[in-house]
Amino acid sequence: MSARENILARIRSANKVGEVSDVIGGSVTDRLTSHPESPMPDLTWDTNEKFKQRCEDAASTLDEIGQVGDVPEAVNRYLTENNLPTSLVCWPEFENLTWSDSNIQVESRSAVGDDKVGLTGSYCAVAETGTLVLLSGQDHHATTSLLPETHIAVVRRDRVVKTMEEAWHLIRSEVGSLPRQVAFISGPSRTADIEMTLVYGAHGPFRVHVIIVDQ
Amino acid sequence: MEITSQDFKAVSSAKLKDEKLQKALFQAKDGFVVSRAKVIKDLDNFEDIRQAASEVRDHCLAHLDEYLEAWEVRAQASGTVVHWAESYEELNAIVVKIAQNNQVKKIIKSKSMVGEETGLNEYVEGHGIEVKETDLGEYIIQQAGEYPSHIIAPATHKSKEDVSELFAKKHQRPRLNDAEKLTHEAREILRPHFLDADMGITGANFMIAETGSTVIVTNEGNGRMTTTMPRVHVAISSIEKCIPTLDDFALMMRLLPRSATGQVISNYVSMTTGPKREADLDGPGEFHVVILDVGRTRVLGSELRDALRCIRCGACMNHCPVYQNVGGHAYGWVYPGPIGSVLTPAYNGIENAIDLPNAATLCNQCGVVCPVKIPLPDLMRKLREKQYEKNLKSKTERWSLKVFAYVAIRPQLYSIVTRVMARAGKILGGNSGQIKRMIFVGQDWTKHRDLPTPRGRTFRDVYLNKKKTSKR
Repeated sequence: MSARENILARIRSANKVGEVSDVIGGSVTDRLTSHPESPMPDLTWDTNEKFKQRCEDAASTLDEIGQVGDVPEAVNRYLTENNLPTSLVCWPEFENLTWSDSNIQVESRSAVGDDKVGLTGSYCAVAETGTLVLLSGQDHHATTSLLPETHIAVVRRDRVVKTMEEAWHLIRSEVGSLPRQVAFISGPSRTADIEMTLVYGAHGPFRVHVIIVDQ
Repeated sequence: MEITSQDFKAVSSAKLKDEKLQKALFQAKDGFVVSRAKVIKDLDNFEDIRQAASEVRDHCLAHLDEYLEAWEVRAQASGTVVHWAESYEELNAIVVKIAQNNQVKKIIKSKSMVGEETGLNEYVEGHGIEVKETDLGEYIIQQAGEYPSHIIAPATHKSKEDVSELFAKKHQRPRLNDAEKLTHEAREILRPHFLDADMGITGANFMIAETGSTVIVTNEGNGRMTTTMPRVHVAISSIEKCIPTLDDFALMMRLLPRSATGQVISNYVSMTTGPKREADLDGPGEFHVVILDVGRTRVLGSELRDALRCIRCGACMNHCPVYQNVGGHAYGWVYPGPIGSVLTPAYNGIENAIDLPNAATLCNQCGVVCPVKIPLPDLMRKLREKQYEKNLKSKTERWSLKVFAYVAIRPQLYSIVTRVMARAGKILGGNSGQIKRMIFVGQDWTKHRDLPTPRGRTFRDVYLNKKKTSKR
């Protein structure tokens, strides 16, 4: 017998002799297809305000603009004000915006080790935790939000949902099966592994700047 | 990993005298305990959520075979190669085989407690393949040639000065004295390894049956790097990590980061389903998951099965008065603290970790903070009973327990004996009310503290007297 069969057989016999407790009950197939929700905490707060608050709690910075066309100006403002490098790599969806009025050099490609700034979109965002939800895929390079020291993410206001459960609901209904990676990002990379001292920029970005777009 | 839990008493005595360690433990305790207490307040129904999580974990365990099969079918459908291992050696060999099949020379690793169990790094290095730990804490202890002392903060026993000295020596660079600079030096040193490693190894906090995915929960971003940059990704996990649905995962995520580090959510939660798709521009071309069963099914069929609900947050150790004083290394295996005191004997044999279930005051701090309501003190008590049954207790202890049991089940005798003891105690205690030195069985007890003596009357005396008075 293979390791797989041995292990499964051992589980079955263990569940015959052990003190099995299963308050939930029901069949496995039922739970997998109906994926019932568990008790939710209080969610009566304002989604938009909560998202902004949680982003700041997670040490992300924020900007709010009217439309996607304003992204170059907002990016320019952020990079200049913070004395950051003005060349960036971005997802293809931002390549054809009007960058000519800004002094920013834009390339649409996967990020490499030396890139300083990465600009991405966001599939949706979760207000409860101030989290960006990024799905890997053809036009969504995972490296853009990972390798550069600064990650700028554009989020549409109507894509900010309350909870992770709602994000799963969106993904199930709009995308179907999961992409290779679903990345939940909440603020810049951090560690406290040396004497519990909080330090940003452990391996991923030092800074995460969230631009919320109305339309 | 080799088990040294039998040295618990000797090692913990030494740890109590280690001033640097005591300082580090004090800092860590403050950080974890205080921030958890703050952050659970924003869940108005925290207890309902804990209860639900505990029920979901029980439900998974009750149908573990079916959930694992469901997980496997979906994982394979997305292109994941699934392996099963019944021993540490088997898991290690599978990983090395994958590496060899892919001509792997360098591996980057994001932390995995299963990997610590199997001694994976040593094994892989023994086959001429380089392994770099990338979680800062794991990197520090790998450089120091040590092993983790905490499941969330592996290098928590090390001071900043220790790290300073270590990095200066290993990196051959000027000595740095600031946590931020040290962290950024490690970033600089490890970045090229992320870019040129051939294979990435991660653990998996959860496997999700609904989608055939694995998830890792991290703060540093090394986990995302490890699952994205190399051309091969191997996740190692164990059977009990399987949960049913994405919604169940969302439930666990309200509890895990809060209980572990006192965060609302960890910075990077990365869910992987299969290797890179045809149109994807990045991600590994091969994705393997190795699922381990060493000890788990045995625990599943035992009275300790509740321990398998564990989601590895570390709250039990952070809140344990014993762990807070002796640190993780004293426990002598992969998992320290109360959960370690249950899992270590459960996985390695109770005769190999006699002291651990006894290294607890049964104060139930661990039970109160456990996000999945594992009754840790009860499980430690069950292990103590097992030790007694298996004749593993010392003669003195067995003899004392026998005498106690004989007296305790005979009410009249009990009444006489306790009366005599209460009066004798009062006389022995004298004016101070304390016994400074006991003899025979008690001498170890009074070595470090005084024994407060009874006031001369037993509880039964007082109770009966009260009853009489109130009737009048």
